[in-house]
Amino acid sequence: MQHIRAHVLVCGGTGCKSAGSKDIQLSFAKNLEAYGLQDEVMVVETGCHGFCENGPLVIIYPEGTFYCKVKVEDVKEIVESHLYKGRIVERLLYREPMSLEQVPSYSEIGFYKKQKRLVLENCGAINPEQIEEYIAVGGYEALAKAVTTMSPQEVIDEVKKSGLRGRGGGGFPTGMKWEFAAKSVSDKKYVICNADEGDPGAFMDRSVLEGDPHRVLEGMAICGYAMGADEGYIYVRAEYPLAIKRLRIAIEQAEALGLLGDNIFDSGFSFKLHIKEGAGAFVCGEETALMASIEGKRGMPRPRPPFPAVSGLWGKPTNINNVETFANVAQIIVHGADWYCQFGTERSKGTKVFALTGKINNTGLAEVPMGITMREIIYDIGGGITNGKKFKAVQIGGPSGGCLPENMLDLPVDYDSLIAAGAMMGSGGLVVMDEDTCMVDVAKFFLNFTQSESCGKCTPCREGTKRMLEILTRITEGQGVEGDIELLENLAKNIKETALCGLGQTAPNPVLSTLKYFRHEYEAHIKEKRCPAGVCEKLANYTITDACRGCGLCARNCPVQAISGKIKSKHVIDQAVCIKCGACMAACPFKAIIKG
Amino acid sequence: MKSLADLQALREKLKADIKLRRNEGTIVIVGMGTCGIAAGAREVMSAVLDELAVRKLVDVQVRQTGCIGMCEKEVLVDVIRPNEPRITYGKVKPEDVKKIIADHVVNGRIVEELVVGKIEQN
Ligand SMILES: Cc1cc2nc3c(=O)[nH]c(=O)nc-3n(C[C@H](O)[C@H](O)[C@H](O)COP(=O)(O)O)c2cc1C
Ligand code: SF4
Ligand code: SF4
Ligand code: FES
Repeated sequence: MQHIRAHVLVCGGTGCKSAGSKDIQLSFAKNLEAYGLQDEVMVVETGCHGFCENGPLVIIYPEGTFYCKVKVEDVKEIVESHLYKGRIVERLLYREPMSLEQVPSYSEIGFYKKQKRLVLENCGAINPEQIEEYIAVGGYEALAKAVTTMSPQEVIDEVKKSGLRGRGGGGFPTGMKWEFAAKSVSDKKYVICNADEGDPGAFMDRSVLEGDPHRVLEGMAICGYAMGADEGYIYVRAEYPLAIKRLRIAIEQAEALGLLGDNIFDSGFSFKLHIKEGAGAFVCGEETALMASIEGKRGMPRPRPPFPAVSGLWGKPTNINNVETFANVAQIIVHGADWYCQFGTERSKGTKVFALTGKINNTGLAEVPMGITMREIIYDIGGGITNGKKFKAVQIGGPSGGCLPENMLDLPVDYDSLIAAGAMMGSGGLVVMDEDTCMVDVAKFFLNFTQSESCGKCTPCREGTKRMLEILTRITEGQGVEGDIELLENLAKNIKETALCGLGQTAPNPVLSTLKYFRHEYEAHIKEKRCPAGVCEKLANYTITDACRGCGLCARNCPVQAISGKIKSKHVIDQAVCIKCGACMAACPFKAIIKG
Repeated sequence: MKSLADLQALREKLKADIKLRRNEGTIVIVGMGTCGIAAGAREVMSAVLDELAVRKLVDVQVRQTGCIGMCEKEVLVDVIRPNEPRITYGKVKPEDVKKIIADHVVNGRIVEELVVGKIEQN
């Protein structure tokens, strides 16, 4: 065997794969052969690094060089220059969005520097399809430690002491939930991993499953041991084929080594895992709907109590946790609760992975210690707002969350401060919005999502969200009337109080939070028939500026003859006739027409 | 797998495969500038890799560097042991590699007759 001197890590996450990383991997194999390096350089396919926008990513060790947006055509140069001659290919390095500085190494990039990667530590660093790599970085030691040296109660106590709270949205203390399930007496119990990930912007669960699937299996097995369950299900949406494939491989490999299955580590504890593919309805992420779906019934929520810990899957005591929650468990067991408690705040321990999107320079997955400020996430990790625009709001928590304005940027990000501010952690979606965003439109967008995902079982959610959406729609179309804001608030309050499940109970949040922080924008739409951000088409005002040369093109393009003026002198638009189609603006060769 | 000890034994075996990505252990750097390659750097590199393989020194990192302006001394090979100064060897031939690895990389004894530079690391 040759001495392997370099590892070429090619990202094989969903983002980079769709940008062609498989061909890049093949091209590396070919080119390494051409330079006679195939025995000394190893090519490794990894999971997502959370920086997909810059993909396909290639990282070369031992230097830790980070190449972005690599194309198949670049591979030959990387092999010849970097791997053969030891010279970095500078043009493929990452550039900091603000300073435009090139950064050669992974660990120095601003996007990663402020992150604290506990849950994502292996994502992008190991080959998720080889259990050996997981074991090499310490994998399954937590399970071994738990089942051979700890009692189930000791495991529960450790998780309780760690302060871990559910990452699926609600933030319920995980150890307490395990204890409830452990105390339920039954011949059969189940562990379920919620990998439905219904929030449209979120993809951290997918990344963990694709990049480090064994970590989730290990967390589930430890939970099974603690609560006395010998069987588990991973409920994952069918739109995640790569995650499903890697989970299958992981389960197979763990079974082959005896890390899942019967009598694990000779402890008498047995644990079997199944994968259940979901159809991807948002409501199926709700725990009772999810269990109905596994049972083969229609995915609709049912009232609680009874809670799953008492009567869950097939009526048996069940504990259900989110992917990221399970992914935290192994480290708590290996390093202990005290170690874990050093991260985070008094009441929110550990880290949280956020999916950064919107008008921000670095989009991607950012894992940060709880309690970090929104400003640090957006400016230090996210690299600031794109195109030098002004920050306006950040939407946090997905369709159940809320929008926070600029003066909340220094809010520490943890479960309780977010709730107090009218948003919530949710699954960790973070959409950054700039000055060109209309907040009424944003509220309408999210409500439109929840409204169409409502399962229809209960009236407040089914009818109430529909009515709210109608009101929002008419406000954005210039048909809003006095009293609409109060009507929205009233409906929101009723829906929150009376809807059956979390979907309905949180659906009004985006409306309520925008009403709280951006009420003046609603008022401008209703009273002045004006959209301050110039987003709502029907409220847009097209006007002609002094840049007009009087060419007459706009007038000829206007379908309703709203524009008049003498040739060679400034034209005007008759607002009463204008139908806001924008045809004039597109026609003007001098950019003399503005919308606002 | 029957116990934590079994798992840890397996981990010890597998650990080296991944160590390269963690920036630990001794580093050997071969100068691969144009002049270095002309002076036979590739052959030196192969000799280093062969010797490390023979001795199963899986956790030694081998890196490359471009021209550092000592072209007449090529092929240049640097050895950096953890917390020790960086030693640069000059005019290294493939047949010198065995000695550098045996004496310096493994036993920490610098091969004085080939040294052309020494840099303290902090
Ligand atoms: C409409 C709705 C959708 C949900 N979607 C998800 C989801 O996609 N993933 C998830 O983990 N939890 C989701 N939840 C929360 C789950 O019901 C449950 O609380 C969670 O899986 C518990 O795990 P945790 O304690 O680890 O957070 C959703 C809840 C509601 C009401
Ligand atoms: S609140 Fe909405 S989603 Fe939940 S049960 Fe009622 S109708 Fe269905
Ligand atoms: S197309 Fe532009 S320049 Fe020409 S008349 Fe209209 S506004 Fe003026
Ligand atoms: S898929 Fe490659 S970084 Fe996300």
